Amino acid sequence: MVATISWKFTAREIAEKPELFTSGHRACAGCGPAIALRQIMKATRGPTIVTNATGCMEVVSTIYPYTAWKVPWIHTAFENAAANASGIEAALKAMKRKRRLKQEKVDVIAFAGDGGTFDIGIQALSGAAERGHDFLYVLYDNEAYMNTGIQRSGGTPHGASTTTSPGGTDIPGKTQMKKPIADIMVAHEIPYVATASIAYWQDLLIKARKGLEAEGPAFLHVFAPCPRGWRYDTSKTIELARLAVETCIFPLWEAIDSEYSLSPQSKIMTLKPERRKDVREYLKMQRRFGHLFKPKFEHVLTDIQKIIDKRWNKLLKKCSMT
Amino acid sequence: MRDEQKGWKDIPIAGVCWKPATEYHTGDWRTFKPVRDQAKCTKCLLCPMICPDTAIKWNKATEDIEFDYNFCKGCGICAHECPVDAIKMVREGA
Repeated sequence: MVATISWKFTAREIAEKPELFTSGHRACAGCGPAIALRQIMKATRGPTIVTNATGCMEVVSTIYPYTAWKVPWIHTAFENAAANASGIEAALKAMKRKRRLKQEKVDVIAFAGDGGTFDIGIQALSGAAERGHDFLYVLYDNEAYMNTGIQRSGGTPHGASTTTSPGGTDIPGKTQMKKPIADIMVAHEIPYVATASIAYWQDLLIKARKGLEAEGPAFLHVFAPCPRGWRYDTSKTIELARLAVETCIFPLWEAIDSEYSLSPQSKIMTLKPERRKDVREYLKMQRRFGHLFKPKFEHVLTDIQKIIDKRWNKLLKKCSMT
Repeated sequence: MRDEQKGWKDIPIAGVCWKPATEYHTGDWRTFKPVRDQAKCTKCLLCPMICPDTAIKWNKATEDIEFDYNFCKGCGICAHECPVDAIKMVREGA
């Protein structure tokens, strides 16, 4: 069960909180995942151990001999961030039983990118969720393997051009759909699953804290645009993260004990449908979708809209909003 | 620089990082520099929340926002998102 919320995140309070993910990391200018990590580390409630799967954030934050972390931090391979978090949690439990742990409670957070979650890490994640370890798994989703040079992953959306699914004259980018990973995690019947976007920092912080307070595994899917891989101007990171919610391509919701509920940012799209924006507005800003605006690939744009509508209606049904 | 570097015998087991990243200044990557208009700024504290590099800090003592140009990579998110347009991006060295 998720504890009742007895805290509130005000901008002042958060700005005064010490940084656990410091400056001096070597992420690209305008990095979305770096913002996600910063914000989530501001939501911690006490002693925290972080484990990080291989990926952008692992590479940029700890280039030997420098580290941008002010908490105990462990790097693991691509596939086993969740397995590592399980081990840490089990060790903490054993230490507590043997009275060797001074702290009352130590939180465990696992960070992984979309490659390390959708594709490579899902086996370890599924296992950890099944065993019911008490940890928060944060997926920062930049929709491809950005760190190795923009290869498509299970998280890459339909129609996006990457180096392994290039948008050319014949192929309209990635031909497959994005995997609904958060729904897969809800199907594990874990206490807390949520999606969040870096554009709404308060919502993200509250969800991260709820995930930490949940007794058992919690999963947080954070939408984090990547200026290099999505090919847009570095200053548009937050704008894109907001547009993704406003076009319903990435709706915000949470599922407490498998009970879905829409977050206010997405709920407004059902209450005031005129606020919902055209998906073309979101796609046009990114050069990875540039090829879709040729007359030849007009049908892909309609397909994308259809996928979004289908998933959105499905979500509304789950949230009993229809 | 050379004598500061450790040999393989001196490196900690498992290659544990021992230097804080704040010793590595990423500010020299920058082409454009954010400059704040003190008169326009309402201190809404949005920019410290959305800076990827923690280069915008809230100074509790002076109750004001401070830019740390040692780390600012000049991405321009703060200037783009500022609700009152108090931040301008100025070309470095111009």
